[in-house]
Amino acid sequence: MKQGILSDILDYSNRANPYPLYEELRKTPVFHDGDGPYVISKYHDIQSLLHDPRLSSEARNLAATAGDPLAESEDEGAAALPPSFLKLDPPEHDRLRRMTNRPFGPPHSPHRIEGMRDDLKGIVTGLIDNLGDPARIDLVDQFAYPFPVTMICRLLGVPREDEPRFHVWADTLAASLDPDPDADAKERDKITHDARMELGMYLAGLIEERRKNPGDDMLSQLAAGHGQDESMSTMELLSTAALLLIAGHETTVNLITNGMLTLLRNPDVLKQLRETPGLAVPMVEELLRFEPPVQLLPQRTPLVDIEVRGVTIPKGSSMWLILASGNRDPDRFENPDRFDPYRKDIQHLGLGSGIHSCFGAPLARLEAQLALSELARRLENPRLVEDPPPYRQNAVLRGPRHLQVTCDGIRP
Amino acid sequence: MADAALDRLKADGRIVVVGASLAGLRGAETLRDKGFKGSLTMIGDEPYEPYDRPPLSKQALLGKGAAERTALPRRREIDAQWRLGVAASGLDMAARRVKLADGDEVPYDRLLIATGVRARPWPNPAEAELDGVFVLRTRDDGAALARRLDAGPRRVLVIGAGFTGSEIASACRERGLEVTVAERGDAPLVGALGGVVGAVAAEMQRENGVDLRTGVMVTGLEGDTTGRVRAAHFSDGTSLECDVVVVSLGAQRNTEWLTGSGLGAGPRGIACDAGCRAFDIRGIVTDDIFVAGDVARSPHPLFGYQFLSLEHWGNAVSQAETAAHNMLSESTERRPHIWVPAFWSTQFGVNIKSVGVPSMGTEIMIAQGSRAERRFTGVYGYQGRVIGAVTFDNSRWLQFYEQQIEATAPFPPPFPTVDRRPEGQKPLPADFPDPSVPTHGPTITLSGYSPADRRMTFTPAGH
Ligand SMILES: Cc1cc2nc3c(=O)[nH]c(=O)nc-3n(C[C@H](O)[C@H](O)[C@H](O)COP(=O)(O)OP(=O)(O)OC[C@H]3O[C@@H](n4cnc5c(N)ncnc54)[C@H](O)[C@@H]3O)c2cc1C
Repeated sequence: MKQGILSDILDYSNRANPYPLYEELRKTPVFHDGDGPYVISKYHDIQSLLHDPRLSSEARNLAATAGDPLAESEDEGAAALPPSFLKLDPPEHDRLRRMTNRPFGPPHSPHRIEGMRDDLKGIVTGLIDNLGDPARIDLVDQFAYPFPVTMICRLLGVPREDEPRFHVWADTLAASLDPDPDADAKERDKITHDARMELGMYLAGLIEERRKNPGDDMLSQLAAGHGQDESMSTMELLSTAALLLIAGHETTVNLITNGMLTLLRNPDVLKQLRETPGLAVPMVEELLRFEPPVQLLPQRTPLVDIEVRGVTIPKGSSMWLILASGNRDPDRFENPDRFDPYRKDIQHLGLGSGIHSCFGAPLARLEAQLALSELARRLENPRLVEDPPPYRQNAVLRGPRHLQVTCDGIRP
Repeated sequence: MADAALDRLKADGRIVVVGASLAGLRGAETLRDKGFKGSLTMIGDEPYEPYDRPPLSKQALLGKGAAERTALPRRREIDAQWRLGVAASGLDMAARRVKLADGDEVPYDRLLIATGVRARPWPNPAEAELDGVFVLRTRDDGAALARRLDAGPRRVLVIGAGFTGSEIASACRERGLEVTVAERGDAPLVGALGGVVGAVAAEMQRENGVDLRTGVMVTGLEGDTTGRVRAAHFSDGTSLECDVVVVSLGAQRNTEWLTGSGLGAGPRGIACDAGCRAFDIRGIVTDDIFVAGDVARSPHPLFGYQFLSLEHWGNAVSQAETAAHNMLSESTERRPHIWVPAFWSTQFGVNIKSVGVPSMGTEIMIAQGSRAERRFTGVYGYQGRVIGAVTFDNSRWLQFYEQQIEATAPFPPPFPTVDRRPEGQKPLPADFPDPSVPTHGPTITLSGYSPADRRMTFTPAGH
């Protein structure tokens, strides 16, 4: 690959700290090299492009180019299911997102998330109770991962005993978003494809079951439709469910893990959080700015030639919006490389913006707030074993693969 | 030298704010933020600490939050002397004193005027006095109306289908109350958004069970022997039995207290420059009197430097911040208030937002979405450029159109967008009513007149 800086960003050896690369990138706010994607790295540009109706999220509007290392791999695997609303434009996007939102958030279900607070607390408490030897904790495997998986299963109405199978599919599909230059693309596509198929079949069975015996979980409500003229086809329902599963997953794991890592690197903040659990609310916002779990959005394409900072981006080009870079743009944030949970001016891009802004944001926020404040409260004198920790391969959904922590004990 | 004067002002000057509501409060907070340490006096004729008005026609009427509970959140401590429940009754510009209705006078070095607007009352005072006839502007209005709606009236009549009137109608329907809306124009919201969008609003009202009557005026209200309203008469000869009437005919600017002061204040508001400094009636800008919020009218470069007055929440905040900044700044440090107008409303479950000045538009194009689905973006064009935009349940795109307005981008937009439908291929006439025919009134007024709106007899000085 010739686009030096892009391949550096994807290069695993830069995973632990991609921020110097982003800084470099911002010197060329509309970066383009050869037949690669157009890369946008400044806050204000990203922010306005996310609201630009000339930009499509649909793959069919993308002119085929060889140079985009993220565009290709994904769409092969998606063949098994129609694209989820993440990859659709309005009006289909709006319709599907609106229907998905009905059982999830206001105005129809304003209390859903708040209503899960006790459930969430229970899961957090249980996981911390079972951490075992306080000297040897892997926060990813023992906490940050099982927590959102358990939660999304409950939300969707996936039976507890099926959770392990879910883990495997979720893992595979999340890995497929990762442009690993070394992997055998064909082999990987096949694995992804199979996982999607299996997951699809599993969900189809579950939906069938829920149609007959509805519960108050989201799948039941989605499957039942709402007696209105709008309802989802089974295929749409499947890809929506798969989307919720994946997105409700990998992102939160990373948010929590990145969060704990940041806290362990900033012990004073950890202490403040222990003393003032309410600090979790602004702190999670700052985390979403400082270490966003979704580093970049690789799937936007202009419907017409557009101009950004004097550069013409041709119709059909692939564009990457580097959210994590915008979040550290000194033209937008003072001292952007400082982690400051008391920061007031914090309109970050961590959850995106515009019509595709994170659907699960209210849940993700609550999960991270509860998880981090409980960990801060209960772990006694926690320390990092390894800094930086080993990262996942994935450059888009970036986060540590393991987070080895040792502490003196676990408070009741 | 000048610096020293400013430093003195900041250290121990006296700043008076008249109008203790949104603009007044945000102005005061900004003054403190900018390092003003002197004495600060907040004068407000309402007995309450600053509260928020938009919820009064929304949550408060639905019983989802009492009108008494809309106090504005404080951004910071302002450490002010509060003179609440007493109106400013006059201004002595030469002596730099504000006169109060209780006879007191308050001296100032800098004055911020944020007296806003009030509801235009029902023109027949005897009828306006009838029990059951309301307007909606203040917290007291909101509380009283909510109580009356709680009591379950048999029919509510809303006169005027502007934003406030439409929101009231929406709240009534949501409560399951029978409601009639009478509007002199051809459709609801027509003064603010034009006939093309007004037609959507009309459909929305009718589908939600509102008895909407357009192109008709209410000619009189009738009370029973106990002084309660019982019926209304219309210009088409019909009449209607109703036990609650909400008069929603727009607003009047609170400038009477400035009559004779020599400030450029009149029925259209107080003229000021782009830096929020008030003009006197000779068209000379003052240095110590600043204006912000609904009561202000200021020239805007995007709209041909015409004077713009806005009844918009966001404008009040932003203009107050600018005014406060400029009050404490050297002339070269002053900032213009060139906010792009932006407004929102919620009614019948639909979120409506606008930017720019739609009412200046002669054409409209449905750039995204569809009117039938009530989810769309309408872009307004004026002389070949984009001048405004409105969204129904589509606000996440609005920022883009705001940028188009700021960039004076060409109209009709020459590019395709996601969600462009067949109906959005061509511009339509925006269909605003003839401005000389009064409707409920838009929330934006543009006027080209020079500072002092009242016409002086021009007598050139003799030699
Ligand atoms: C029911 C309702 C719903 C609204 N909904 C929306 C909405 O959805 N979106 C939106 O953008 N805007 C909305 N608005 C408009 C928004 O509330 C106003 O733009 C905003 O309140 C303006 O603030 P202001 O401080 O300039 O004026 P005001 O809020 O009018 O405050 C002026 C204050 O000065 C006081 N005063 C007047 N004369 C004197 C005097 N001589 N001495 C002392 N005090 C005096 C008044 O009593 C008042 O308290 C709504 C308004 C109402 C009434």
